[in-house]
Amino acid sequence: MNIMTEKSLEDAVNAEMNRPNEPIKMRGDQVTVHYGDKQALFGVNLDVRQNQVTALIGPSGCGKSTFLRCLNRMNDTIDSARVGGKITLDNEDIYDPKIDVVELRARVGMVFQKPNPFPKSIYENVAYGPRIHGLAKNKAELDEIVEKSLQKAALWNEAKDRLNEPGTGLSGGQQQRLCIARAIAVAPEVILMDEPCSALDPIATAKVEELIDELRENYTIVIVTHSMQQAARVSQRTAMFHLGYLVEEGPTDKMFTNPDDKRTQDYITGRFG
Amino acid sequence: MGEHTVRSFDEELKHVDQVIRDMGDLAGAMVAGAIRALLSSDQALAQNVVADDTIMDAKQRELDNSAITLIAKRQPMAQDLRAVVGAIRMAGDLERIGDLAKNIAKRVGAVGQSPTPRNLSHSIDAMAQLVLGQVRGVVDLYVARQAEGLKELRNDDQKIDIQYTAVFRELLTYMMEDPRNITACTHLLFCAKNLERIGDHVTNVAENAYFVVTGTQLPLNRPKVDETTTAVSA
Repeated sequence: MNIMTEKSLEDAVNAEMNRPNEPIKMRGDQVTVHYGDKQALFGVNLDVRQNQVTALIGPSGCGKSTFLRCLNRMNDTIDSARVGGKITLDNEDIYDPKIDVVELRARVGMVFQKPNPFPKSIYENVAYGPRIHGLAKNKAELDEIVEKSLQKAALWNEAKDRLNEPGTGLSGGQQQRLCIARAIAVAPEVILMDEPCSALDPIATAKVEELIDELRENYTIVIVTHSMQQAARVSQRTAMFHLGYLVEEGPTDKMFTNPDDKRTQDYITGRFG
Repeated sequence: MGEHTVRSFDEELKHVDQVIRDMGDLAGAMVAGAIRALLSSDQALAQNVVADDTIMDAKQRELDNSAITLIAKRQPMAQDLRAVVGAIRMAGDLERIGDLAKNIAKRVGAVGQSPTPRNLSHSIDAMAQLVLGQVRGVVDLYVARQAEGLKELRNDDQKIDIQYTAVFRELLTYMMEDPRNITACTHLLFCAKNLERIGDHVTNVAENAYFVVTGTQLPLNRPKVDETTTAVSA
């Protein structure tokens, strides 16, 4: 008879929770960030696994957005920012001088807190990236990319009859999904989301969360969120930051029911001083 | 544990905890009362226990309402979430303990009217004291957040099981000796079974309390003894 012993069952459950077999997509190794004289991140080691949603949580100013912005070198745009340590994408150092930053940002896309569509038509918002990256040979191919991206972002049905209307005319939730479509259009491998739902109502938030769940099939996602419930709902792994340090990282299920670190416990239960 | 930024959250959690303590104390008092009523054929005391069950039911409803409202309002996480979910489950077991105590109390009259009740009922005494110790102990340990003690207490249930088997055999012997004992002994057998069930509910409470305190579950298997089936065939 093939009866699972309690021990092996427990192991299987743990294995499922930790998913140790998913390959590591991005890895932060002793990452430090200084803004001028002020150090914002202290030796952060964090693995981002492929086809998983990794949530970064922590109080304001804890460094979670700073870390997120390191992953596609958005901090390069800030003059005073200095990044130390090593960050790899598929084992390639993304801060290597040989790396083309524009290409990197196509592979590691980003969605921001406030929906920020270009002041152009819905179609142009999505088509802009593929066009400048030369991903489409002709108009037909570009049309296809736009349609597929809007479909993946669950916006196609709402937008297909108004592709030439300005993107800014959409509702907030639709605009955010348009920004996700725009990020998807350049065929990224990793999508970074910086509080993508904080400006949205609960229904629009639910749509984006549903979308994140679907996108995980094809992409690796890192999301910064202030909503504990959202982190618990959408992510498989959660990393807790505090005062520039990575406090704790682990399977989301464990982090929200029985975290190891007192600071995590205090933060997620609303006890932070 | 520090306090929540929102102070009313703390108050709501404290309230849930307080209701569980109240229910635990009441369950202890009901079991103690039922046992005393049974051993001393005290009808008035038995009536009190029966009446207490209404309070127990009301307490459980109060806890359900508070816990559900708290979840809806606060979306508790980690130990707060465990405390609330654990409280709901513990309340269910404590309420059942109250029911079983009430059932014992209801049998006091039936046992008392039989010719030789009091000698027979003493065989249950030792078992009853064990059960009462468990009921009172589990609430104390939960209140004191003592995980190790809860683990031991849960394992101690096997002592009750062993005692139950002994009571079962003893009552069987009385019945074989003199068929006039059968009515009283049958009621006492139900009382013993109820006590054994109370012990099982206590282990459930202990398991939930352990989860609330530690965040981990106790292993599924615990030592179990029920030899009444073999006692019948013997």
